[in-house]
Amino acid sequence: MNEIQLGRRPIQSRRQWIAFLVIFAVGAVGVPVLNLAVPEDSFFYVPNYIVPLVGKYLCFAMVALALDLIWGFAGILSLGHGVFFAAGGYAMGMHLMRVIGREGVYASDLPDFMVFLDWKELPWWWWGSEHFAFAAVAALAVPGLLAFAFGWFAFRSRISGVYFSIITQALTFAMMLLFFRNETGFGGNNGLTDFKRILGFSLQSETTRVGLFVASVTALSGAYLLCRWIVSSKLGRVLRAVRDAEQRALFSGYDTFYFKLFVWTVSGVLCGLAGALYVPQVGIINPGELQPANSIEMAIWVAVGGRGTLFGPLVGATLVNTAKSVLTVAAPDLWLYFLGALFVGVTLWLPAGLVGLRLPKAWRRKREPAPGGRE
Amino acid sequence: MSSSIQGARLRETSTIDIGHGALLYVEGLTVSFDGFRALDDLSLQIDEGELRCLIGPNGAGKTTLMDVITGKTRPDSGRVFLGTDIDLTRLREHEIATVGIGRKFQKPTVFEKHDVLENLELALRGPKGVWRSLLGGLSAEARDRIVEVAETVGLIEELSRPAGELSHGQKQWLEIGILLAQDPKLLLVDEPVAGMTPAEVERTGELLVSLAGEHTVVVVEHDMDFVRSIARKVTVLHQGRVLAEGPMERIQADPAVIEVYLGE
Repeated sequence: MNEIQLGRRPIQSRRQWIAFLVIFAVGAVGVPVLNLAVPEDSFFYVPNYIVPLVGKYLCFAMVALALDLIWGFAGILSLGHGVFFAAGGYAMGMHLMRVIGREGVYASDLPDFMVFLDWKELPWWWWGSEHFAFAAVAALAVPGLLAFAFGWFAFRSRISGVYFSIITQALTFAMMLLFFRNETGFGGNNGLTDFKRILGFSLQSETTRVGLFVASVTALSGAYLLCRWIVSSKLGRVLRAVRDAEQRALFSGYDTFYFKLFVWTVSGVLCGLAGALYVPQVGIINPGELQPANSIEMAIWVAVGGRGTLFGPLVGATLVNTAKSVLTVAAPDLWLYFLGALFVGVTLWLPAGLVGLRLPKAWRRKREPAPGGRE
Repeated sequence: MSSSIQGARLRETSTIDIGHGALLYVEGLTVSFDGFRALDDLSLQIDEGELRCLIGPNGAGKTTLMDVITGKTRPDSGRVFLGTDIDLTRLREHEIATVGIGRKFQKPTVFEKHDVLENLELALRGPKGVWRSLLGGLSAEARDRIVEVAETVGLIEELSRPAGELSHGQKQWLEIGILLAQDPKLLLVDEPVAGMTPAEVERTGELLVSLAGEHTVVVVEHDMDFVRSIARKVTVLHQGRVLAEGPMERIQADPAVIEVYLGE
């Protein structure tokens, strides 16, 4: 009976901790050193363009992580996580616009697009955005509140399954239309761009980019551990219970509404954080991020990597986006076909995703019925 | 919001006021679906510690009655009380579970991907809120309780197996174990022996009989031999009403019952 382990469990095994720390060290120390301290003609040199590119993948990986938390564990498929990502991105983008100061094209205190629209003063929803701390809090609070409010109504009405997914798609589409309008006050279809600096550091400088990269590595690692911590608690087991048999969970005395709302909100906040880190690294945020197809792509990252594993989606997001970077240059017309084929292929032949493949042992086991699968 | 206040006040099952001895009191219950009266002015009383069998042909309203008692379906009219002061029609599903009613579904419903131990852990009576689930550990007392329940339902050797790998009969028992772990006053058991082997049926019967007394057990069953073997008192439902009620021998001799049900 000594093996009975209940309540909170270790968040990961010793081997997983070692792997985690190695990967973290490579990201947070290895890459900066190889980029800044190694001579450019060295074999080990990490070229400048790689740093923000991988930084971008890390942000996408964080989105995939957030999506896996609700899809893989609570069985709630969101096809609208682009909304929370964009909310965090816009909150940071607004701050970056404000700290351009008078260095914009129109040399005004107002962001260029407002001058262009002939606005005389800052609209109220831009107030406070000149402070970095305000922007940082807003980048988490706005997507969090948005997720909370949306989740409140959707889960209260017991909307689930494909209906929930469709509504999230509609949400991101509606947001996109809203943000395309100039009157909404977020730069219309051009979005926010031409950023100059963050916290006083030039965004063009290589050290700033490395700094943002390290911030992304740290944030992603923290988010990963947070998610592990959540799913290794009893709450994690309640979530999986909700996913597999919500009626039983209800009749066992769990108010599943609050469990779903909690994890949904956490997921929204993580997406917002990812968006806030993404914008200074790519230098632009526009309503394109709200396209329904973008949010669907996020779900594909998770499916490719392996749902319900937390680690798989990180792999999935990185690999799919690397493939995207390569393919959209090599054969731009083929990318969407590739993505579609990938999704169909993974759904048919790799339901557990790439990490479901991992070891030869897993192959040998294949003939036995899948654990927990239906007979 | 009054329902959650009531739920909070009655968190402890031991506070149920039994009053005149009736644990479950159903009066004038009517439920219609698109004009079809699934329950038609149904009244029923279940005493504490009783083992009651509920029988009746398909569409008699047995499952609908269970649905109303557990909060899954809201009645059009009528009253359902646990003890004298808990109005079940005003509570939500999880609150009803918390005040002491456990339900076993017709189709075994367990958490297939969780192992047996986790199934029982999740069911265990205790705090069921978000924060306590996130931060809480589990007491030694709780462990003992899980082991005790697993022994009662004969699954002590299977604690670390995923529930999805259990045989059909074992799943049925696990579901009964889940109910027991909740430590309910009232167990509603819907077709517990469907799909079981004769040996399993017999063990299940013994289990249910042994639970009565300390718990109150209501069994819905189609298998008449099984009902005969465990029942002390039987209620026959027909077209959403109580057709007859009494000891099995008398029910079997009742011409009205024979006509609608047993005679078939």
